[in-house]
Amino acid sequence: MAVVAYNAPQSVEEAIDLLATLSATSAATSAATSSATSAATSLATSTTRARLMAGGTDLIIQTKSQSTEPVLVVDLKHIAEMMSCDLGAAGLSLGPSMCCAEFTAQAGVRDVYPGLVEAADLIGSTQVQGRASIGGNLCNSSPAADTIPALIAVGAQCLIVSAKGERTVAVEDFVTGVGRNCLQPGELLKRILIHRPAAGSRDAYLRFIPRTEMDIAVAGAGVSVTLDQQGICTAARVAIGAVAPTALLVAQAAAALVGTRLDEAAVAAAGAAAAAAASPITDRRGTADYRRQIVAVLVKRATNIAKQRAQASL
Amino acid sequence: MSEAQNFKYIGRNTIRPDGFDKVTGRANYGADLTLPGMLWGKILRSPHAHANIKRLDTSKAEALAGVHAVATFADFSAVGDEAIEGGEGSSTLLDLARNILARDKVLYHGHAVVAIAAKTAAIAEQALALVEIDYEILTPVLDVRTAMAADAPLLHNDLYTQNGADKATTPSNVAARHEFKMGDVAAGFAAAEIIVEREFYTPTAHQGYIEPHACTVRFDKDGQSMVWCSTQGHFDVRASTARLLGMELGKLKVIASEIGGGFGGKTTVYLEPVALILSRKSGRPVKMVMNRDEVFKATGPGSASRSWIKLGAKKDGTITAMQGSLAYEAGAFKGSPVMMGCMTAFTPYAVPNMLIEGFDVVVNKAKVAAYRAPGAPQAEFAVEMLVNELALKLGRDPIDLRLQNAAKEGTQTIYGPKLKRVGLVECLEAARDSKHYQQALAANQGRGVAAGFWFNVGGQSSVTINMNPDGTGTIVEGSPDIGGSRASMQMMAAEALGIAPALLKPIIGDTENVAFSAGTGGSRTTFATGMAVIEAAEDVVRQMKQRAASMWNVTAEQVDWVDGVAVNTAGEDRLSLASICAGADRTGGQISGRGNINARGAGPSFAVHVCDVAVDQETGKVDIVRYTAVQDAGKAIHPAYVEGQFQGGAVQGIGWALNEEYVYGASGLLENAGFLDYRIPVASDLPMIDAIIVEVPNNFHPYGVRGVGESGIIPPLAAVGYAVENAIGAAVTDLPLSPPRVLQLVQDRG
Amino acid sequence: MAKLHISTSINGEATEFLCEPHATLLDVLRNDLQLTGTKEGCGSGDCGACSVTVDGRLTCACLVLGVEAQGREIGTIEGVGSSDKLSVIQEKFLEHAALQCGICTPGLIVSTQALLQQNPDPSEEQARYFLAGNLCRCTGYDKIIRAVLDAAATLRAEQQGAA
Repeated sequence: MAVVAYNAPQSVEEAIDLLATLSATSAATSAATSSATSAATSLATSTTRARLMAGGTDLIIQTKSQSTEPVLVVDLKHIAEMMSCDLGAAGLSLGPSMCCAEFTAQAGVRDVYPGLVEAADLIGSTQVQGRASIGGNLCNSSPAADTIPALIAVGAQCLIVSAKGERTVAVEDFVTGVGRNCLQPGELLKRILIHRPAAGSRDAYLRFIPRTEMDIAVAGAGVSVTLDQQGICTAARVAIGAVAPTALLVAQAAAALVGTRLDEAAVAAAGAAAAAAASPITDRRGTADYRRQIVAVLVKRATNIAKQRAQASL
Repeated sequence: MSEAQNFKYIGRNTIRPDGFDKVTGRANYGADLTLPGMLWGKILRSPHAHANIKRLDTSKAEALAGVHAVATFADFSAVGDEAIEGGEGSSTLLDLARNILARDKVLYHGHAVVAIAAKTAAIAEQALALVEIDYEILTPVLDVRTAMAADAPLLHNDLYTQNGADKATTPSNVAARHEFKMGDVAAGFAAAEIIVEREFYTPTAHQGYIEPHACTVRFDKDGQSMVWCSTQGHFDVRASTARLLGMELGKLKVIASEIGGGFGGKTTVYLEPVALILSRKSGRPVKMVMNRDEVFKATGPGSASRSWIKLGAKKDGTITAMQGSLAYEAGAFKGSPVMMGCMTAFTPYAVPNMLIEGFDVVVNKAKVAAYRAPGAPQAEFAVEMLVNELALKLGRDPIDLRLQNAAKEGTQTIYGPKLKRVGLVECLEAARDSKHYQQALAANQGRGVAAGFWFNVGGQSSVTINMNPDGTGTIVEGSPDIGGSRASMQMMAAEALGIAPALLKPIIGDTENVAFSAGTGGSRTTFATGMAVIEAAEDVVRQMKQRAASMWNVTAEQVDWVDGVAVNTAGEDRLSLASICAGADRTGGQISGRGNINARGAGPSFAVHVCDVAVDQETGKVDIVRYTAVQDAGKAIHPAYVEGQFQGGAVQGIGWALNEEYVYGASGLLENAGFLDYRIPVASDLPMIDAIIVEVPNNFHPYGVRGVGESGIIPPLAAVGYAVENAIGAAVTDLPLSPPRVLQLVQDRG
Repeated sequence: MAKLHISTSINGEATEFLCEPHATLLDVLRNDLQLTGTKEGCGSGDCGACSVTVDGRLTCACLVLGVEAQGREIGTIEGVGSSDKLSVIQEKFLEHAALQCGICTPGLIVSTQALLQQNPDPSEEQARYFLAGNLCRCTGYDKIIRAVLDAAATLRAEQQGAA
């Protein structure tokens, strides 16, 4: 890919108009893309593909690869609505292009969604966090994305807009494959919506990397648990990353936790269920067997952290 | 020299003279020079690990608008198969040329094939995509074991094993076999009451300097050609480049830019001759800068190794015999540092019976280059692991056992000479007495101790000190400053002249304004170039005395030099250096001092490291909890930068031990050519590294200096390796101790 | 491809440049504006040698398109300290011998400045994690971290003195 043109719409409407005028004739291979026609923009040629850019930490690297396919970059950081973050009584409404460093510094989010903040805090270096966004992490749809399991654990929803209107998709249904998601040509991820957790409900995210920083997750686990006053787990969501083509919501792992006091046996069972659900690959970052073992450990440890937080929130 | 010299400047932590430029961004590195009319050069690299080039057609690329020149191996067709000196490894000119641009075969993933210079980097890249190459893919050879097998595919049909004086008659991937021995190992093992032996593996590891290779060059037909580049040895760049292009040395000026790390990896040439060919063809200056992917794929990493070591000892701890066999990957062309491995492996020990052999083996990976104490870490890792095992089995403290068997002054080495005065015992004692060594370990923690030996080298260095009328001066030296050596040159000159260091400005001359100097490597700069600096300063003092003598009508012998002032011993006269310089126009012109030497007597530097680790037994992750690096500096000219060498070496070694390795797929393609997946240590991976400087003077240097740059990377492999072994209670054989490997060890232990 | 005209501010100085859409901010700084203090170690955001600030936020110049500089405030190493006086951070890097080859130093100084603006009293661990994206292969980080913590203490003392 080679960036041949750049456009920075100032509003969601302008972005949608731009995307709508780009022909949807060639099905995009990456979901955050559309085909551009020369009519759409004087900058682009008929073979130019549009790529939506938030932080650009993945996109700019991808455009440096050898392929010379021309690309129109649509920069989504000039749209105020996509850069804001609102935490209210109902929950969180997050502009997908807000950079992780800004998100993690937002008042209150660390108390309410500690696991999601942990995940956003883990993406790359301080420098990368100054650019990379949760929406970008989601739309890049890497199996190893840190925020995706964390978003699934807290039941996040994607608010998607296009010229045709709006629709809402759960994060676990948003990503459809390695680097693929359900965004259709002309569509835009406008907001990420998360309900406010009740008292007794909190999340945690852990990932495993060989170093302490700067690596891509070998495996990741986002866990959210809800405890009643007696300390019984009444609800749980367990999501795992980097162990399958997409992050997985593991119902069997949650089932192992619900109804228990999150004792050692229950937590170990949740870990085992997560390992069983994983279908990891072997690559330069870890073997399939190793990933399977590690994801069980991460689910166990993340559950214990979430449990402590949930207890503290009661 | 006397045991305890009283120094006025030596041993102080001065502010480095090049510091201002480096903290403000003004310092110019390899990629920082732009010339008017400059073209950008880019290289097309092999997508295969091993293939014959059946057809190569650059015509479409040449036809692209904006393309000015194309280079291939054909431009080296006059190069002969002659041996070359320089750098820290052995090679031939033809191998060098074939590594820079592939001839008829590509021998590793990323091997350069075609270079193109164009108006912009983007056009050059577009042109590379137009080059047509037909490859016949061959089976890659990726490991010494497969390479040494009788039926292995051959990289070179004309490579025959050199075994001592004998040369094999059938071609092989084994370029050479070396053997060193003394005493009678069979008798030594027969006398032993306890024997330990093990096989070990260390992976390919890259120097990982942050600055990629870069150069800007200009070929001029009138003989004013110049190369600006990031290198550890610009005289070596000149020699290699001039010979490859058939130029006279006097017609090629090489300017050493500031250098952003090298660790041995910038002792050879990759881009410079290619850029100069492109400039010669285009008539325009050419700039070439590697990207990080190219650095990992196509510049020399350190050798991967397989080794077998066997030690025998008596129950009282006396080691009676040491034996080993080493096989090092050379990469695509012969010249691994396995001989250095053979020479260093056993040298920390005074043992009468030793035997070691080493194999230099070609494989389909990038040609290795020197990497900090080249060859030593791999071999000494294996030996030090076993010395720790021996200590465990004998119920002895590992430092105590080493003290019992430590090499010292007069110890016979396996490679020839007896050791002169060395500081291993002092380093072991300092490690034993350190606060670290007294601290108790917590659960899941382990401790490792290891020693390291490196020879250090001397060699040629040239220095001129040019005085100014106001009493300031310029020290012109020829050793690229890779880690602060200008500060130590300044201090040594100041000490010899008796004036404040800040009055002297050290600069790195180019190949035209200072005489030949060997590169910055072998821990030689502070030792050898330092000796040349002192000699030049003494030359200045000699002339200062003569000028004063002539003004006072006495003989030079009647003039003393005290703290930068000429003193008439036959009267009351005093003349400061500044006043002699100010009046030099009346006494014969301004003063220059010269020191052109071939330094002998480099003193080995021994190091001893102690490492504590914590192991997460569920994930296999290893954390460094405490780390202490002890090393003999002889005399620390600038202690803070000496500590920095210990700490930097330690951390490179920690990276090698824990996470760094080249990962190849089955087809021989490198899968982790970037800092994301070639995992060098980051700040949060580490504790403070306690550095303890031991000073056992090297009597061959006026101030007692030993080189300190390299030994520090040797002990960490076994200090970390054995700490893990100690923590998990399972034998460690292979590096790196990445989490999956450690978890496997924990689980196999049961 | 057409070049775009960009108006920006670099180290407080209004600056204009023409840039191709694919050029990164790092390319522009180094090759078009000759601000070579910002170094390129990897081009992929993995080494931190090109650390700069964009509207005060730390990032890698190789992860920013040049065109994105439009209307922004860019801060580079050339804007740290003044022509006659080094900043405290620069001085402490020199005093502590926190550099050897110096290629990572501009990026580390820019990053340290960002750290201390955000957190004037970082613990050793906080400093190490904040700076984990700035690779240094020479020093083993020991003296860098000491310089950072000393600079923090010195700046705090200066603030108190001024208050």
